Amino acid sequence: MNDFVGTGTLVRLALRRDRLLIPIWIVVFVISAAGSVKASIDLYSDQNALVEAARTSNASPALVSLYGRIFDESSLGEVSLFKLTAFGALLVGLLAGILVVRHTRTEEESGRLELLSAGVLGRYAALTAALIVSAGTVIVLGLVTALALMGSGLDTKGSFAFGLMWAGAGLAFAGVGAVTAQVTESARAANGLTAVVLGVAYVLRAIGDSSADGSTQWVSWLSPIGWSQQVRAYAGDRIVVLLIPLVFLVVLIAAATALIRRRDLGAGLVPPCPGPPQAAASLRSPLALAWRLHRGSFYAWGFAFLLLGLLVGNIASNVDGFVTSDSAKEMVQKLGGVEGITDAFLATEMGVMGLLASAFGIQAALRLRSEETALRAEPLLATGVTRARWLGSHVLMALLGTGALILVAGLGSGISSGASLGNMGRQVPRMLGAAAVQLPAIWLVTALVVILFGFAPKLVTGGWVLYGVFLLIGQFGEIFNLPQWMINLSPYGHTPRLPGGDFSVTPVLWLTAIAAALTVAGFATFRRRDIG
Amino acid sequence: MTSAIVVSGLHKSYGSTHALDGLDLEVATGEVHGFLGPNGAGKSTTIRVLLGLLRGDAGDVSLLGGDPWHDAATLHRRLAYVPGDVNLWPNLTGGEVIDLLGRLRGGLDEKKRDDLLRRFDLDPTKKGRTYSKGNRQKVALVAALASNVELLILDEPTSGLDPLMEEVFRQVIEEDKREDRTVLLSSHILSEVEALCDRVSIIRRGKVVETGTLSDLRHLTRTSIHAELAGSPNGLAQLPGIHGLDVEGNRVRCEVDTAQLDAVMRQLSASGIKSLVAQPPTLEELFLRHYEDDVPAEAEAAVR
Repeated sequence: MNDFVGTGTLVRLALRRDRLLIPIWIVVFVISAAGSVKASIDLYSDQNALVEAARTSNASPALVSLYGRIFDESSLGEVSLFKLTAFGALLVGLLAGILVVRHTRTEEESGRLELLSAGVLGRYAALTAALIVSAGTVIVLGLVTALALMGSGLDTKGSFAFGLMWAGAGLAFAGVGAVTAQVTESARAANGLTAVVLGVAYVLRAIGDSSADGSTQWVSWLSPIGWSQQVRAYAGDRIVVLLIPLVFLVVLIAAATALIRRRDLGAGLVPPCPGPPQAAASLRSPLALAWRLHRGSFYAWGFAFLLLGLLVGNIASNVDGFVTSDSAKEMVQKLGGVEGITDAFLATEMGVMGLLASAFGIQAALRLRSEETALRAEPLLATGVTRARWLGSHVLMALLGTGALILVAGLGSGISSGASLGNMGRQVPRMLGAAAVQLPAIWLVTALVVILFGFAPKLVTGGWVLYGVFLLIGQFGEIFNLPQWMINLSPYGHTPRLPGGDFSVTPVLWLTAIAAALTVAGFATFRRRDIG
Repeated sequence: MTSAIVVSGLHKSYGSTHALDGLDLEVATGEVHGFLGPNGAGKSTTIRVLLGLLRGDAGDVSLLGGDPWHDAATLHRRLAYVPGDVNLWPNLTGGEVIDLLGRLRGGLDEKKRDDLLRRFDLDPTKKGRTYSKGNRQKVALVAALASNVELLILDEPTSGLDPLMEEVFRQVIEEDKREDRTVLLSSHILSEVEALCDRVSIIRRGKVVETGTLSDLRHLTRTSIHAELAGSPNGLAQLPGIHGLDVEGNRVRCEVDTAQLDAVMRQLSASGIKSLVAQPPTLEELFLRHYEDDVPAEAEAAVR
């Protein structure tokens, strides 16, 4: 038992450190699940509309590969939550994996674990504590979600099946995090590795789910996210399937402990490789350094945005295939014909891309603060680099990066929708335009981080809070009947709906002007404040 | 003689803590100036004001003839800085960091860079995250020492270095001294300061309490005397500046204010000196004298 000494203390320490983070995550998950159910109840007033929606979704390979299959087309619970089944499982998995790495490898890398290990602390204490915290979080998350879903009017068994299948995905990826944390020396790389496993799991289930003749359906069973889908919440409630992620977790824990026995504190399995002894001739400005620091994450985001764009454009071209019944055809005519609904769909998805690209902008701008607090800004600012140049280098990465990302998504969706609709020459510029109008709102949100950094650096992570508030206003503002002035607070609400909608230049100019003013104010305040 | 650094009446508070409380500091061009004080005395705060990273609340600061807050970037091209706490970018190699910092300062002496890498025994191909504390410190040292600047500002530069590397550091600073480079060396390692510095300023609670050459400062403290006399000593107790007098037959032990040394020696030789051991004050004693009233206060605080 000596190997586990100190676990309890570390659990308390982790809970103390995450006392805000964990509850916020749980609340976000619970609100999105319950909010989806409420929105669906309002949307599908009669059973026929529900079945119709489920059938069209199941008939589109693109939607099935993105979200998964609906097993019971008449189940309100399943139809209203199917977009959050595989996707939600992915996010819960990410949370669980990050939590484990955060309390193991991050601590080890920073040297804090060494400080603790020199006291009375068992060899497996850190990993055990991290697993207890991570598993506890996802189990509580699952149970609270189940209760919230019951509160929304869904049946008890299905609600617990749904909540627990989220928890199941979390447990599986807590195990993945436990192993990746042993493999690399850096916590960033460990999280990256977990993300790769998550991506592979998502793609595997996409391949299995979208199998046309059922011959490759078994591939879904290779994926922890596939296991969660196979619980079939509100469509059979096969809770027993959750034994698979449990066994998976136990196997990965065994693997992780075997790795711990074999390695030194601080070391990984993959030895770090040496780099160049001299800097490339181009590494001679703050901008070159900023690009070096941001490029890895930019490439990963860019790849994801290209794929998302292609996928969205592809789904859009199937929209006319959804329309089979006479009543639906009538509705389509009202909405402006097939092009009308295709455009409406593309405009909505472009809005989502805008939200996602903002997350990159926020993250890139927050790098300023982490560079400052890690004392890496100080040596740079003690050279011939002015404050404005240093700040500008990262701000430029955030602004140009989000611009490039959203245009890549626009290009991807233009190419794939244009190719299947047969009008590439028209669709590509239209989608690029639709992407470009998202930028002012994205830049405004990024600029909020810049002004916080200049004016109130300790509150800079409030950028995420503002972003979350804008998201909630956009998603639920109308459902919760918020007053119009509150809904107007979100910059995303002012972006013209393109393609297809009316383009008015006034809101675009206003958003751009506010973003520019906030950025300039960020520069001005940063020049006047103390560093550190 | 011109001054590279002139600070007068500098104040800086963080909320309710008064980090600098009317600090005066003058560093002459071409000298190696020791900046001594325990943790939390205000050394790093002073240096960060000198670099224009912090803005003083009151007082005048002049660095290389300019204002470090307004002309920061221009002045920084003429100086190099080694922070006390070096953090590197995890995915850049040590060599890349050295070159980057050098270039941002306006150039690097390639020959000196290679020479320093060899002398400090530093592998420039390793990534930032894999360096130990001492090696991170070496990266910052090589980056600073390999550039041909007028002024070096070093904030506890040898923390984390082993004794061999401390010795290399001393040699390199000695060489720089010969090239008439100005150095502000903040440290609490007294032997290092004693070996390298022309002048020393001692800082305590945000104020410089003592400044001058080491021999100036020695005059302010006591020499310990251990003598065996031919006859019995007399009249010693009446002399000013004598402390802890212990007479045992013909043996005398005492501490003498260095300024009064001459009078005491005359008195002793009047009785005939058979043997004499006189120990000059060490910097440690000097330092402790300025801080001795802090130590019991801290110990008391710890008990509470």
